[in-house]
Amino acid sequence: MDRIPILKMGPFLLVTIQVDLYDRLALTLENDLISMVSQTGAKGVLIDISAVTIVDSFMGRILGNIASMSRIMDAETVVVGMQPAVAITLVELGLTLQGVYTALDVEKGMDLLYNKIGIIDVLEEDDQEEEPDDCND
Amino acid sequence: MSTTAQHLQKHRQRIIETWMKNQLTDAALRDDLMSNDELRSQSDELLTALLRAFNSGNFDDVYSSDYDQVIEILNDISITRARQGFSPRETGQYVISLKKAVNEVLEEELKDDPGALYQETRKTDSVLDSLSMITFETFIKGREEVIFRQTDEINEISTPVIRVWDGILALPIIGTLDSARTQIVMENLLQEIVNTGSSIAILDISGVPAVDSLVAQHLIKTVSATRLMGAECIISGIRAEIAQTIVHLGIDLSNIKTKATLASALQLAFSMTNVEVRKINRNAGFKLMK
Repeated sequence: MDRIPILKMGPFLLVTIQVDLYDRLALTLENDLISMVSQTGAKGVLIDISAVTIVDSFMGRILGNIASMSRIMDAETVVVGMQPAVAITLVELGLTLQGVYTALDVEKGMDLLYNKIGIIDVLEEDDQEEEPDDCND
Repeated sequence: MSTTAQHLQKHRQRIIETWMKNQLTDAALRDDLMSNDELRSQSDELLTALLRAFNSGNFDDVYSSDYDQVIEILNDISITRARQGFSPRETGQYVISLKKAVNEVLEEELKDDPGALYQETRKTDSVLDSLSMITFETFIKGREEVIFRQTDEINEISTPVIRVWDGILALPIIGTLDSARTQIVMENLLQEIVNTGSSIAILDISGVPAVDSLVAQHLIKTVSATRLMGAECIISGIRAEIAQTIVHLGIDLSNIKTKATLASALQLAFSMTNVEVRKINRNAGFKLMK
């Protein structure tokens, strides 16, 4: 059975969908991706759908699911390279993918993920730095 | 062969002459749009078809197959005239002047028999009246086609996507937004985002006369689609009346960035892309040079 490869790139997982997704494939992807997130403890998931030309409500829902599941497991999802026609279709279907980050291409998506992770890391460091100060007072 | 048809066939030449005379003397004749020869051959063709139809003896139903050819020719004529810019009156006059010519011939032919004259005139009149109705209908249809084509053209022209800065697109919308137009706006914008790799799009609605819930919904759709592509969308040019309408209608634009003017939207876009625009103090430069 077909599988979509999931690549690990540092703290992120990279998925490029090069074929039109049919329901079974999308479900497999959802399972594989979530188990990869839990195995690797990835901080971010980047899904490239620039080659996807046909999208339906099921596929839209799967993307939303992946994002929600990843967020629960502390990983942000970025969908990159959506085709105009696909975007219009999703909007017409009423699926605006709330909670999913989007970017124009893989490069910008990676920047976005680094920013998101970076901000979180900085915040955590700030918290740690503040604690000793409190002790001194 | 019906008697009417016989009478008319006999005086075919005279009908065409009278008809042409009627048309040529009419003040509304547009010889700038159509030459006399052209008009004559057109009229001749129509009359031939009409006489053939009269021959069938059917004077009641112009929508029957007997009149197919007549109607076809008439449709052609009125659609061409609509495109050429004839007025409705000029087009209507074309068939009505034929009626005059036919009546004149019948009057002449049957002047000794008023009863028969009445019968014949009534028959031809009803047919020609229906035919002029058809001419009008087709004329209007032709005009509507022209209007539709122009609407399409306006839609095409009126949605330019402007690249105001590296990575920032602006799209001034002028005129009412209906669903067909939103579709075009959306497609153009998204395509341009892909082409230029822009990350911010400014939708300027200062040229939109009114915003109702439907228009707002279209705007929200466009913004959502832009977001799905991975770009941010700012709506600018919201006038006081429009802000009032939006709030009164209870439309929620809270998760869309809105600005009053294109300038402030551009400023927001700059700060989002970490670009700074500032004034240069030229005088300071002069002093230094001295």
